[in-house]
Amino acid sequence: MKKKIKIKIKIKINGKIKNVYKNSKLSNIIKSFKIPLKKVAIELNEEIVDKKKLNKISLKKNDKIEIVHFIGGG
Amino acid sequence: MSKDKFIIAKKNFKSRLIVGTGKYKNMKECARAINLSGAELVTVAVRRVNIVDKKKPLLMDYIDPKKITYLPNTAGCFNSKDALRTLRLAREIGGWKLVKLEVLGDKKNLFPEMIETLKSTEILTKEGFQVMVYCNDDPLMAKRLENSGACAIMPLAAPIGSGLGILNQVNIKIIRNQTKLPLIIDAGLGQASDATIAMELGCDGVLVNTAIAKAKKPFDMAIAFKNAVVAGRSSYLAGRINKSIMGEPSSPKKGII
Repeated sequence: MKKKIKIKIKIKINGKIKNVYKNSKLSNIIKSFKIPLKKVAIELNEEIVDKKKLNKISLKKNDKIEIVHFIGGG
Repeated sequence: MSKDKFIIAKKNFKSRLIVGTGKYKNMKECARAINLSGAELVTVAVRRVNIVDKKKPLLMDYIDPKKITYLPNTAGCFNSKDALRTLRLAREIGGWKLVKLEVLGDKKNLFPEMIETLKSTEILTKEGFQVMVYCNDDPLMAKRLENSGACAIMPLAAPIGSGLGILNQVNIKIIRNQTKLPLIIDAGLGQASDATIAMELGCDGVLVNTAIAKAKKPFDMAIAFKNAVVAGRSSYLAGRINKSIMGEPSSPKKGII
């Protein structure tokens, strides 16, 4: 049986380059940051992502993720 | 005074003072100042989560959005595209529809870019947002914003963070007389008496950030602004006397010995 080779890809999260496995689920990436989902919004390639569907989204090379929240401001 | 209501987008607020949450030394100081100011509506910014420092405190841990109404703001946006993106993200965080639109046009004076602001107001209103709009003190532009569906008009007193106070009281008065929308002075106030003047001009509220956050004693200034807004509103409703260039004695002229 052939061993499945996991390929790493480069993605950008909040402007920082990260290496992740190809087809990683967006939900796993978000979980790794231990961010409370209720307090953030997420964009994938400038499109807002439905937070209920994070586990259905597989990441591809050069994907750009933005995770934002509220901070102090005028 | 109990019948004197401050309603924005069908929501009733007891306090006519809106405060910003930026520029404080830390979130603890910010939360205490808000509490002392009595504000029920606070502006917040939308920014990237710090994915490196996971222990960085979150605003929501200090200011409970169930108790204090968050007003997401597009501060830092210089075009319609960025402002729309920011507010759509804000809505996604937790369903925020009442928002403050602020599209800037110049990095030095931070004056609003009114063409982009107008365009954004129209789009956001169509998308179901209730848009409180930061604008210049031009009565004609204020009218256009109103016609585009803004839920509150928020002219500047002076450049953001300048502390200059209300530079053009006449324009503010003209805007007051032409609109039934909530009129809120936003930006440029420097001290509590500036808020009183705004309220005495007939404004429905004021938005203050720097003047409180950067005061030598932010907590005392928060209280001062709270009282100044109440005093100004009472004074406006009480109705001032007519101005005269001649003196009018306070004591009766009759019976002078």
